[in-house]
Amino acid sequence: MMLLKILFRNAFHHKLRSSLTILGIAVAILAFGLLRTVISSFYAGVDAASTTRLITRNAISIIFPLPISYADKIRQIEGVKMVSYGNWFGGVYIEQKNFFPNFCVEPQSYFALYPELVLDAGQKKAFLNDRKGCVVGRKLAKKYGWKIGDTITLKGLIYPGNWDFVLRSIYTGRDQTVDETQFFFHWKYLNEATKKLMPGLADKVGFYMIGVIRPDVAADTAVRIDKAFQNSLAETLTETEKAFNLGFIAMSGALVTAIQMVSLIVIFIIIAVVANTMAMTTRERTGDYAIMKTLGFGAKDIAILIFGEALVLTFTGSLLGIVLTFPATRIFSQHIATYFPTFLVSAQTIYMDIAASMIIAFLAAVIPTRQAIRIRIADGLRRIG
Amino acid sequence: MTESPKNIVEIKNLYKSYHRESLVVPVLYDITFDIAEGEFLSLMGPSGSGKTTLLNLIAGIDKADQGMIRIGDIDITNLSETELAAWRANSVGFIFQFYNLIPVLKAVENVELPLHLTTLSKRGRREHAEMALAMVGLGHRMDHYPSEMSGGEQQRVAIARAIVTDPTILVADEPTGDLDRASAEEILAMMERLNRDMGKTIIMVTHDPRAAERAGVRRHLEKGYLNHDAAQNPL
Repeated sequence: MMLLKILFRNAFHHKLRSSLTILGIAVAILAFGLLRTVISSFYAGVDAASTTRLITRNAISIIFPLPISYADKIRQIEGVKMVSYGNWFGGVYIEQKNFFPNFCVEPQSYFALYPELVLDAGQKKAFLNDRKGCVVGRKLAKKYGWKIGDTITLKGLIYPGNWDFVLRSIYTGRDQTVDETQFFFHWKYLNEATKKLMPGLADKVGFYMIGVIRPDVAADTAVRIDKAFQNSLAETLTETEKAFNLGFIAMSGALVTAIQMVSLIVIFIIIAVVANTMAMTTRERTGDYAIMKTLGFGAKDIAILIFGEALVLTFTGSLLGIVLTFPATRIFSQHIATYFPTFLVSAQTIYMDIAASMIIAFLAAVIPTRQAIRIRIADGLRRIG
Repeated sequence: MTESPKNIVEIKNLYKSYHRESLVVPVLYDITFDIAEGEFLSLMGPSGSGKTTLLNLIAGIDKADQGMIRIGDIDITNLSETELAAWRANSVGFIFQFYNLIPVLKAVENVELPLHLTTLSKRGRREHAEMALAMVGLGHRMDHYPSEMSGGEQQRVAIARAIVTDPTILVADEPTGDLDRASAEEILAMMERLNRDMGKTIIMVTHDPRAAERAGVRRHLEKGYLNHDAAQNPL
């Protein structure tokens, strides 16, 4: 108990130095937490992916389409429960900076395959009955102030021209991890227009979304689908939704690696800061430790004091950093919702924060402790006065 | 005929040198002397004569190169570091020039500190510490931090800490070196009382002849050699 009393009082004896160290740790843990949240956001789609959904795309590249006629053939394949399809539309709202994910889909099957997108029954019916209708996520509608019945015009970047849609439904996510910034409309609306404007692109889809009967048949079903279109003009590549999403992340692999590196550098910097504080503290207390050794306290007691002080400082700073991560993430997500629709602090990030703070405390205390333990009592006493 | 007191400290053929990289600096040469139980001994000598080194060796906070130091029935030169630490906790009370109190602990907590190495209960520790502080006249300053006390008061807390475990010997290294005349007199008077009334064996290193005069026996060190003609205080 006495050792605990000493280490707690030691930790806050120099108020300014302790406060600055704690603030430094808090900022570092905050930065680390935010960077880890950015990385988690990259993987949010992967984590949220269903194990009973497959994605089929053109084997050459996702930018090449597949014929709509594949849909019926896929439905016949063993293990397939449901088939939907869609295209990336690539439109912007008013100007290029107003970018959000927008797709045309076969709506009946698509919303049946994605139960995590929750639509009001009446609104859904209105959307299904209106070829020019669209469905948008709650966050997107809020961002642009859209209300049911509003006409929304998107400027097509792949499919040129201005495209008018009537907002018929606003979906909400089943949980916090669901992206609420997407825009969906009828595939038929695009296809009919394409037939007139770009006949070469008509009756084509960018990807098929396939529901399988059970997660354990997903791999075999994917093989059977690709086999069915082997040696055709448009061979397919079928993956689980998780693998498909990971493929997208791989395109940003260098960026993710850079963020991971920066998050580690932040931790190394703060280790140096805390180690410097602990080195100064230990040097100042050499006399105190010598006295304690003189009185009969052992190396273990001195180690408890120094490690304990490092832990108290680091955990106080880390706790502050973790607490600040939540409001900071909310503010951050408001500005980057377009790029990271689900920007949430995960439990894993908190665990990593705690692990990082323990590593900081341990590494910062290890050398000062070794020095304090090894110094001869007579030499330690000589430093007093 | 009265029985002469037995020796509590026996030192035989003690040598000590310090190693500074490749340089060997001899500090003590062939020191042999005894200290009787209940004796108040002062060790005098110029700077660098080896007084503090000798005190450190007797107190078990440094190791001799050669020779024997027996305190009570224990030859401390044969003890390991861990055994020495336990022995110090039980057998030696320390008083230093700069008081050496733990700054973040209150007076009563500083005095209680060595008792944490004993089997005393929390309540027992507190009672002992309060009693020791009362003995040095600081019963009213228990909850004050060292920074809130004068030098003389801090040294009295240090004395309370030194006696709280009822050690075999008290070692004092320049206990009045950082005090004004009046405070120094107070501290010396207190040490005299501890020696006279409680029978404490005290070994005190000092530069100050007036402080040395308070001791019953005075010994001189000169360039690491002990002057064997110990002066007995006629008082």
